[in-house]
Amino acid sequence: MHNLKNVALKRICCALFLAVSACAVRGIAEPSQSGGVTVIKDATVLTVSRGNIAKGSILIRDGKIAEVGPNVAVPAGATVIDAAGKFVMPGIVDPHNHIASDGGTNEGTVAVSSMVSIEETIDPTDINIYRILAGGVTTVHTMHGSANPVGGMNAVIKLRWGKDARGLLFEGAKPTLKFALGENVKRARTPARYPSTRMGTMDVIRDAFIRARGYMREWDDYRKRTAAGDKTALMPRKDRELESIAEVLRGERLAFVHGYRADEMLMAMRLAEEFGFRIRSFEHCLEGYKIANEIAAHGVFPSMLSDWWAYKVEAYEATPYTTALLTRKGATVMVHSDGAEEARHLNQEAAKAIKYGGLNEQEALALVTLNPAKALMIDHRVGSIEPGKDADLVVWSHHPLSIYAVPQTVFVDGQIYFDIEKDLEMRRQMEEERKALEAREQKSAGTPAERRRPPASAASPTNVPRHND
Amino acid sequence: MQTRVRKITILLSGLLLLSAVVSLSGADSRAYVIRDAKVYTMGAAGVLERASVVIIDGKIAEVGVRVRTPSGARVIQGRGLEVYPGMINAMSSIGLTEVGSVDVTVDTTEMGDFKPQLRALEAVNWDSEHFPVARVNGVTASISAPSGGVIAGQAALLHLAGWTSEEMAVLKSAGMVINFPSLGGGGGRGGGGGAAPGGRGRPFAEIRREHDRRVKELAEWLEKARHYAKAVQANPSTPRDRELEALVPLVRGEMLGLMRADTARDIRNAVEFAKKENLKVAIVGGRDAVEAAGVLQKENVPVILGSVYSLPSRRDDAYDSRYAVPARLAEAGVRFALTSPSPSDTRNLPFEAGMSVAYGLSREAALKAITIRPAEILGVADRLGSIEQGKVADLVVTDGDLLEIRTQVKNVFIAGKNIPLESKHTRLYERYMSRP
Repeated sequence: MHNLKNVALKRICCALFLAVSACAVRGIAEPSQSGGVTVIKDATVLTVSRGNIAKGSILIRDGKIAEVGPNVAVPAGATVIDAAGKFVMPGIVDPHNHIASDGGTNEGTVAVSSMVSIEETIDPTDINIYRILAGGVTTVHTMHGSANPVGGMNAVIKLRWGKDARGLLFEGAKPTLKFALGENVKRARTPARYPSTRMGTMDVIRDAFIRARGYMREWDDYRKRTAAGDKTALMPRKDRELESIAEVLRGERLAFVHGYRADEMLMAMRLAEEFGFRIRSFEHCLEGYKIANEIAAHGVFPSMLSDWWAYKVEAYEATPYTTALLTRKGATVMVHSDGAEEARHLNQEAAKAIKYGGLNEQEALALVTLNPAKALMIDHRVGSIEPGKDADLVVWSHHPLSIYAVPQTVFVDGQIYFDIEKDLEMRRQMEEERKALEAREQKSAGTPAERRRPPASAASPTNVPRHND
Repeated sequence: MQTRVRKITILLSGLLLLSAVVSLSGADSRAYVIRDAKVYTMGAAGVLERASVVIIDGKIAEVGVRVRTPSGARVIQGRGLEVYPGMINAMSSIGLTEVGSVDVTVDTTEMGDFKPQLRALEAVNWDSEHFPVARVNGVTASISAPSGGVIAGQAALLHLAGWTSEEMAVLKSAGMVINFPSLGGGGGRGGGGGAAPGGRGRPFAEIRREHDRRVKELAEWLEKARHYAKAVQANPSTPRDRELEALVPLVRGEMLGLMRADTARDIRNAVEFAKKENLKVAIVGGRDAVEAAGVLQKENVPVILGSVYSLPSRRDDAYDSRYAVPARLAEAGVRFALTSPSPSDTRNLPFEAGMSVAYGLSREAALKAITIRPAEILGVADRLGSIEQGKVADLVVTDGDLLEIRTQVKNVFIAGKNIPLESKHTRLYERYMSRP
């Protein structure tokens, strides 16, 4: 069985290599291995939506989950992965991160930056894609920053490491738009920028929606007139800034609103109600516990940082109990990373909702799988282990809510994009290559090896909070 | 009527205050027995099944399968529970930092590059909300350290409970924080490279010159302190010099040098410097300590590691390179303590250890790295870090594996006091859970 696994790995490795080469030649990655049949055998399957199967198997066909259960027949020619003693859960969906955004997270020069889109600047070579994949994440909502009351358009990507930017995009995912409230928005800037208060922040957002409503009317009017055969109707100018806000008003784009303090979030919900739409998610939502009833009534999906607090004033009232509290008060809650490091152990961050507030295992796992999938309206594709869904799966060494759990194999669309043994093999190869290069250079130049070591990309001070959002 | 209500209120608050005094006061002489628990002594006795721990007058009076219960002792039924030494966080600025982004609440970084006379203890806010939040998860002691310049000042080792910073101090001066001048690539400040503004893109020769100048300056300070010590010895009426006076215990090897260094080159330079200057040091941070493991092992210099929850510092490093640092150091025979350096994250110290186990460290070594190892490195292993007779009663009682996130803490003892498991977070949770 091990051999079979290795064969599969080699095949995938080849496919990836081909995809990357194709990418280099034509700028488009080739879909690979989509017709493969794989069975993950004898694992503890944590479906998230339908309980656990103590000794279950999963049949993967054409990138989808074909069958799940205690008795899955292995079709002839299928690749079998023996996962006895291991745990399988759905790939983690990180509803808030900034990876692969080419460093351009904030277009902070204007207060309303709804014309910019993360989707247009995806960097498929960001090494954090691979690192996060190795933490069991398969889908990421990679977002614009929180510098503006109305931020940019975000992107939902699948971590198909090796594919080009287009190849990463989650096909058919509902579009989203970032908004932001509070300190990050009102913070002093050079040059100065309106708004600099929470009042101004509400004013800018309200103004943007009024303008977008006017813009919609212009277009509706134009369409009505042309439909009636009026040849004198002039086509309104396309406005990139208002287009995405209008989509929010029409319910075609989801509003993800960065908010910390209860008062600002409450006011934002009222503003949305004033314009007839619903806020999809509050990002960070640290004081959400103070308005749990209102959040549940409005239908927000709170997106939590598990246990961060005190890194700024608006985070001083945060508690790690909020995730559980909001769940108990009826909200569908998710836990996000907001950074490449945190994203590598979202399973642990979910476990904190058991420690603080007593969620059960399934509720905890849903925080980082099914619930974010629901919030992003991609739960028909990902977020749980069910027949028909994408085969985005993680095989863990231990129960994923244990601190000792390490992802062994990660599937996206039924293909292996991370495997711990393969990773070790690649390390050995790289080490050999490094040694060979160093030996060759030593012969010619004789400089000490240390000098050729590239410097670290950034210092990481250890005595300051790791939180910066 | 109103006065009566007021009187009752005063009486009630008086009673409340009294009970608080009883539960937290330094004069708590109550005896406790934790019975029939699994005791991880972290000492020579190893792990004891169905054992008991007796606490009298703030000390561990007895540990074992058969103990004598003092009369009047409060009994904690420990069946199914586990007892560990209170965890020790060997690097932090807890008590000096309240809200990270608000300067006026942060007292870590003074002006000037050489400030050995500064003492963290004199600026510790004992009412900081970070203390209860940290201790209710079983962290019972922590370093509180300044961080600016080359010589940042003196760190204190604090118990995470007490009425004043004096009561909390385990060591008023636990070590001299030195940001060893860096040659770049991250790490300590003061060398002109790495994190220093304008460090990137500068010619290496220039960085090297500045680095050498800083190291020379540092050596000169130490040299002056030695002369000063001699002068004072020869003539007690020598005019007092606060700065040199503060350095005397360091140059005598009586005070630990907490040398911050992160790159392999900086770590090697710091260790060589300490050897040449005859200082007793620990490397703090130690990001690339694995690459410098040889010299650390050979010179027996311990490492107080920064958080393992960190991204690899180079694109081509293994994805788990930081998680695996503790395992690699253990293999290389380097002594180390694990830390959760951000004050608000102090409670996550056990998870630093758990993550290290997931990536190759033995569970026993991981437990040591948050209990007895930091005690040894900080020179307090005679008092803290293990559950042994005569030691200070810093204990954490849990319903399971201390390193697992899901585990619940049942009791925390700090210097023999049974600490209420309350914090700002539990209070807010209870208050808003009860909102109709």
